[in-house]
Amino acid sequence: MSQNNNQPASFELDGKTIPFQAGQTIIQAAMAAGVYIPHLCFNPEFKPHGSCKLCTVKANGRQTASCTQQAQAGMVVESDTKELNDERRALLQMLFVEGNHFCPSCEKSGNCQLQATAYEMDMMSPHFDHFFPDRPVDASHAEYLLDFNRCILCSLCVRASRDVDGKNVFALSGRGIKTHLIVNARSGHLADTDFSGADKAAQVCPVGVILKKRVGFAVPIGERSFDQQPISATPHPMKQEG
Amino acid sequence: MEAATKPKLRVATTSLAGCFGCHMSFLDIDERLFDLVKLVEFDRSPLTDIKHCGPCDIGIIEGGLCNAENVHVLREFRANCKTLIAIGACAVNGGLPAQRNHLSLASILEEVYHAQHGLVDGFIPNDPELPLPLDKVHPIHEVVKVDYFIPGCPPSGDAIWKVLTDLLAGREPELGHGLIHYD
Repeated sequence: MSQNNNQPASFELDGKTIPFQAGQTIIQAAMAAGVYIPHLCFNPEFKPHGSCKLCTVKANGRQTASCTQQAQAGMVVESDTKELNDERRALLQMLFVEGNHFCPSCEKSGNCQLQATAYEMDMMSPHFDHFFPDRPVDASHAEYLLDFNRCILCSLCVRASRDVDGKNVFALSGRGIKTHLIVNARSGHLADTDFSGADKAAQVCPVGVILKKRVGFAVPIGERSFDQQPISATPHPMKQEG
Repeated sequence: MEAATKPKLRVATTSLAGCFGCHMSFLDIDERLFDLVKLVEFDRSPLTDIKHCGPCDIGIIEGGLCNAENVHVLREFRANCKTLIAIGACAVNGGLPAQRNHLSLASILEEVYHAQHGLVDGFIPNDPELPLPLDKVHPIHEVVKVDYFIPGCPPSGDAIWKVLTDLLAGREPELGHGLIHYD
């Protein structure tokens, strides 16, 4: 890595100079510099998964997931461009029509990263035809509810349960369009696992799948995280647990 | 105001599978209604009680499609309106009525008219005047081309005003933070 006069190595992101440390990915360096790159499956506390593709940028002219691409000195990165934002919006629209995202009845509304990212990308309509899939809710656990209708397959609960809690409560099963979140119990029910509210996995869902029961719509509309400021102005949305 | 010399734009509105909440929110533009009626006149709308839509500049659709009549009305609007706007969650993504989509229509009718407690001798209404329910509830863009969308349940009066004034001024409508809402 070329470093002159103790100047940190840097790359260019939308015309702005972003310093980085060896080993940092593009999104990590951007986040540290306070520059927002849209993302859903990335969480700074976890190893990247690179699956949602929202954070795709053009690095030296080639599209790449900024959560998995290591920063390199002198790299020229484009992120906030019409072309990339149009593609991000299309990805969001596909996520919305593949599940059942009925925001008015969701307790996560206003604190939801999917919703806030869609606002950020000016998603005015779902564009595509809705799948309206049938995904029953798992309300078996005494304290937590799983509403699979809202799952975007980010795998954050899988990573948190496996890597932090050491429990492997969640997994993604199936392939392609049939990929879905499962619970590691013979019955398939959360109540039959050792999942607990103290788990990291209980805190990381960016959407409204893993919800604490008996909380409801605790914060009034207008006072929720993304009512107050857009997600692009919220450096670490995961810390704003709703 | 220069608009006084311009011909007024004709606007039609309707509620399909909606709750009229978006129309109520439209009325929440309050005294700005006085500014609006200087620029537009209403064709078919709950505000005029005109039953069929004539040639219009702007059509505003609240609600999704849950029965055959909704589809006919939507097509009448599309055929007559130069610009069609979907207003509110139900028109945009099916909204609350679409929450029935994971159930079979037969089981819903059975539950509502036969099985529920207290429905002695209940029967499923079959009057030919009643529009037939659709198997699934659909957002309107799945049936006709929609030019603009105002999401929200309901969208705020300010969001509706912003889109209308942008359109009337010949600008591309833009909501931005605080006005764009899905709930």
